[in-house]
Amino acid sequence: MNNAARNPLFHVARRGAVPAWKAWLIRGGAILLSLVACGLITTVVTGENPLAVYVTVFNGSFGTVRKFWTLLQNVAMLLCVALAVTPAFKMRFWNIGGEGQVLIGGLAAAACMICLRDSLPNAAIIALMIVSSIAAGAVWGGIPAFFKAKWNTNETLFTLMMNYVATQLVAYFCVVWESPKGSGQIGVINQSTELGWLPVIGGQRYLLNVLVVLVVLVFVYVYLNYTKHGYEISVVGESERTARYVGIKVEKVIIRTMLLSGAICGLTGLLLVGSTNHTLTTTIAAGRGFTVVMVSWLAKFNPIWMVATSFLLVFLERGAGEISTNFGLNQSFADILTGVILFFIIGSEFFINYRLCFRKTAEKED
Amino acid sequence: MFDILSFIPRAVVQGVPLLLGSTGETLTEKSGNLNLGIPGVMYVGAIGGVIGAFFYEQSLPSPEAIVPALAVLIPLLCSLLGSLLMGLLYCFLTVTLRANQNVTGLALTTFGVGIGNFFGGSLIKLAGADVPSLALSATSGYFSKSLPVSSAFGKIFLSYGFLAYLAVIIALVAGYVLKHTRVGLHLRAVGESPNTADAAGINVNRYKYVATCTGSMIAGLGGLYYVMDYASGVWSNNGFGDRGWLAIALVIFTIWRPNVGVLSSFLFGGLYILHMYIPSGMNLAVKELYKMIPYVVTIVVLVITSMRNKRENQPPAALGLAYFREER
Amino acid sequence: MDNKTAAVTMRNITKTFGSVVANDKVWLNIYRGEILALLGENGSGKTTLMNMLSGIYFPDEGQIAIDGKEVVIRSPKDAFDLGIGMIHQHFKLVDVLSAAENIVLGLEGKLDLKAATEKIRGICDAYGFEVDPDQKIYDMSVSQKQTVEIVKVLYRGADILILDEPTAVLTPQETDKLFNVLRNMRDDGKAIVIITHKMHEVEELSDRVAILRHGQFIGDMPTKKTNAQEMTNMMVGHAVTLNIDRPEPKDPKPRIEVKNLTVRSIDGILKLDDVSFTANSGEILGIAGISGCGQKELLESIAGLQPVEKGSIEYIEDDGSREQLIGKDPLSIAQMGVALSFVPEDRLGMGLVGNMDLSDNMMLRSYRRGKGPFTDRKSPHALAESVVTRLEVNTPGVSTPVRRLSGGNVQKVLVGREISSAPTVLLTAYAVRGLDINSSYTIYDLINKQKEAGVAVIYVGEDLDVLLELSDRILVLCGGKVSGIVPGRGAKKRDVGMMMTRLGGDGKHE
Repeated sequence: MNNAARNPLFHVARRGAVPAWKAWLIRGGAILLSLVACGLITTVVTGENPLAVYVTVFNGSFGTVRKFWTLLQNVAMLLCVALAVTPAFKMRFWNIGGEGQVLIGGLAAAACMICLRDSLPNAAIIALMIVSSIAAGAVWGGIPAFFKAKWNTNETLFTLMMNYVATQLVAYFCVVWESPKGSGQIGVINQSTELGWLPVIGGQRYLLNVLVVLVVLVFVYVYLNYTKHGYEISVVGESERTARYVGIKVEKVIIRTMLLSGAICGLTGLLLVGSTNHTLTTTIAAGRGFTVVMVSWLAKFNPIWMVATSFLLVFLERGAGEISTNFGLNQSFADILTGVILFFIIGSEFFINYRLCFRKTAEKED
Repeated sequence: MFDILSFIPRAVVQGVPLLLGSTGETLTEKSGNLNLGIPGVMYVGAIGGVIGAFFYEQSLPSPEAIVPALAVLIPLLCSLLGSLLMGLLYCFLTVTLRANQNVTGLALTTFGVGIGNFFGGSLIKLAGADVPSLALSATSGYFSKSLPVSSAFGKIFLSYGFLAYLAVIIALVAGYVLKHTRVGLHLRAVGESPNTADAAGINVNRYKYVATCTGSMIAGLGGLYYVMDYASGVWSNNGFGDRGWLAIALVIFTIWRPNVGVLSSFLFGGLYILHMYIPSGMNLAVKELYKMIPYVVTIVVLVITSMRNKRENQPPAALGLAYFREER
Repeated sequence: MDNKTAAVTMRNITKTFGSVVANDKVWLNIYRGEILALLGENGSGKTTLMNMLSGIYFPDEGQIAIDGKEVVIRSPKDAFDLGIGMIHQHFKLVDVLSAAENIVLGLEGKLDLKAATEKIRGICDAYGFEVDPDQKIYDMSVSQKQTVEIVKVLYRGADILILDEPTAVLTPQETDKLFNVLRNMRDDGKAIVIITHKMHEVEELSDRVAILRHGQFIGDMPTKKTNAQEMTNMMVGHAVTLNIDRPEPKDPKPRIEVKNLTVRSIDGILKLDDVSFTANSGEILGIAGISGCGQKELLESIAGLQPVEKGSIEYIEDDGSREQLIGKDPLSIAQMGVALSFVPEDRLGMGLVGNMDLSDNMMLRSYRRGKGPFTDRKSPHALAESVVTRLEVNTPGVSTPVRRLSGGNVQKVLVGREISSAPTVLLTAYAVRGLDINSSYTIYDLINKQKEAGVAVIYVGEDLDVLLELSDRILVLCGGKVSGIVPGRGAKKRDVGMMMTRLGGDGKHE
């Protein structure tokens, strides 16, 4: 009777500490593999030479100066929302309401631009836009946090529903402020007077956004890693009981962190309305509130790494978009490719945390 | 005037995709998997049916040659296959590779919506229509076929396609299985405490796989119902909208009981279309505010259930956590 | 009797977790009609070894044979099919299910709870258990839960039973009952393994004893042919003097005065009932009691972590002024200038953050210091370094996450941090649970040093021998009430044991 045949071929064991370089090597490998897979898929669908596909992807971001600036702008906006939600994520508060918080910030900015344009000077309008959009975002983030702190209400669903409430609010005002009448759209706000438009720096339309996001990046990095608040967030995220044990008021930390999270989202809304688009639609957040979950998680909630992950995602998206236009596919092809790449990266975490042990062939007994 | 006779059937047809989605997600969550990819799964379920129907209609020499059984079976099987594959993908990543469920789910939604719109868009191009949508009226006719009754009773209870009744049956059966059978008992144990279930000799991974894949297939039917019955076979990109997310919200709304889901999904469907029934005169803007109602109601219910905090009404204790037997 | 076939033969079993070798080439035989005591210190690999028999873990190397036939146990189900049933120390029960549902969990066939209920009642009657099959687990006491576990295994007709420290949560009466059941089952021809580190249980119950030390098999022998001294020597590797230092208290003064303290759990269960006592400076007040008798609630009430129904807890300064601690959270207690340190039972879930490194864990107590929004990272780092050297913490460095350390080292880090703030009151709960003997003595030393420095120490322990040798006074809790307070010197173990199970312990019948 051969029992060795019944032994499992291999079993899974948890790894000890993996050096950081090795972990990133595994992740890098996964990204490479995913790019190969995406190349294959695209080749199958379009019949193009895979190399041409990669060149196209690259051109999507770096093909022209304008494309490069668009890339930077999109990276900056995605990163900004990611920076906003990361303190909440570190606290294990699954804020997927970035979408709504951005929208409501944008709504506040647009409201200032439209309602105050006849009564206040430009500088005052801009100042009010900044204050009101940040405050609106903070309130939108603070509401679910309050209920989470008080009654442990499920925050994932709450923030998700707040997105839709915000969307409908914006939809309402889009009709109220529509221009021209009957279009159901706001159009470019203050096109002739440029009241409430954030200043253009160095002749580059998107430079201001990039700079603001850089400041936010440094702020969030320092806040999370070097301040008492940041430390409290980590403790609450790791263990609420430990937090209470050392006298941290968990409810206060939850609400405070979500106010901050919402405020930065509101700021993103301000940048999108006041600087990038000069208009308000229900889709200005463009799904970033969901994408940032992946940006933040892939970077292990580290703000610096998030620059890389948000760059990666935007780069892929623009690349896939370029494929779509060049090879006559529809834009959704980008989503498929993004999904495939994410699956590879998500799957690679397994090989960082676990190892497969192949069973030694049964030894001879004496 | 508020026309209850037309309101209820419309609420029901709105509710059916939600019911299927939430029944599927409930089964999934009972196994401890929080599948935020359900919106994507439902898109794939829908496009699967559309692809099946499209190629079946294309293959017919003439519209009269259509075989009713095939017209129903082909889209149905394609839809089930599509959503099964999505479920398998989710399980492979979260159960076998133990990946983070939130992230995997969101990626799955991106992927699924992408698949839906990509193939939808491609088919529209293939069909060469002038409008950005695709109509499959021939096959759709068989999905939305109902009894020819015109009384008030008939309108309210008998005016739906077979998938609507199937949805109710699936929900009731799922509720019974969870509560009264051994499989249901084991599944609940897996979601509450995989360690315990494992020690009791239950194959945790198999239960997670089977429950999640079955759940995906049920949710996928929701997509199929939407496009083939509700939308009369007309596919337009992003037409399915946010219903997948509402289905997930409905799971909490129904405190993880599929049989409760039957009525609450129809209630939800009603809230979803209420804005069409509230007289708002010429003020179009206010309509947008009325559309907020289902979301606000969800929030209110969410808050109330969390305030009552009953032991039986809590989510499965191990929801969202990957299970590894040798964890120390 | 050694020539009969072993019910279970484990050969050359090795199991590692990361870099930790839990079992190292272990050989073990288990026979039918025999109770085997698997003896070893905490962390000696007893539970790991048995988990491989019950299919929870899979061995890295080695073979297992049942009745002489080599088998592969890949899952608990395989183990059940081979007639192996294990009652785990941490109960494997689903809280929201009823007793009957838990008992039939994992079985096959149609679900018939009525028939199951009948069969459960039959088993209960046969052995004298009391279980309500319809009761939900979350409504049950610890010993009720254990009963459900045992009934579960019997229900499946297991004939190889493994019990992992079954008496830890039982009263002596319940223990006696359990032992009788086990003897009956042995006489039925079942093979029984009981994992324990309590010598008297080995002597009272077992026919044979097998000893593990540091994951290695040391030896086995009939219980009758050995004695406690020999077993202890095999268990710890060298003869140990159980003497723990107990310096005389110097100038004891009342420091904490608890009066009529009453606490209810969230579910409304009375956890502490009218508890009054005083803890003095320079003295160790031991708290004895069966686990779950209100020890946790008592310490957490003093630390400001537990809502209190009524009563008072006063902190008395050296000058005699008093501060009420009830209604204050840990932060406000600290801000009042009360230097209170607390080593909780749940080290990685409450006292420390497992994923943070040593210095960040040191910061838990000190991060608020200093003005401005920024944290000072230098002094916690220095503190971590000094704790590592002073307490001989075995760690690759101060930037290692504490969850990677072994139990003893984790405890040293926690105690090291808590005593670093020069407390006036030190609360410790099960400070040596899961620690090897050397680490335990390090902890006793540290506690004694605190006492000599004038700290009022409240020491909740589970090992009566240690409590009797370490404490100046012993407060015995029984079902949330104070059963008595006795001086540590000269207290008889038997008396304290009696007080743990019956209020007052005087043995009077009601």
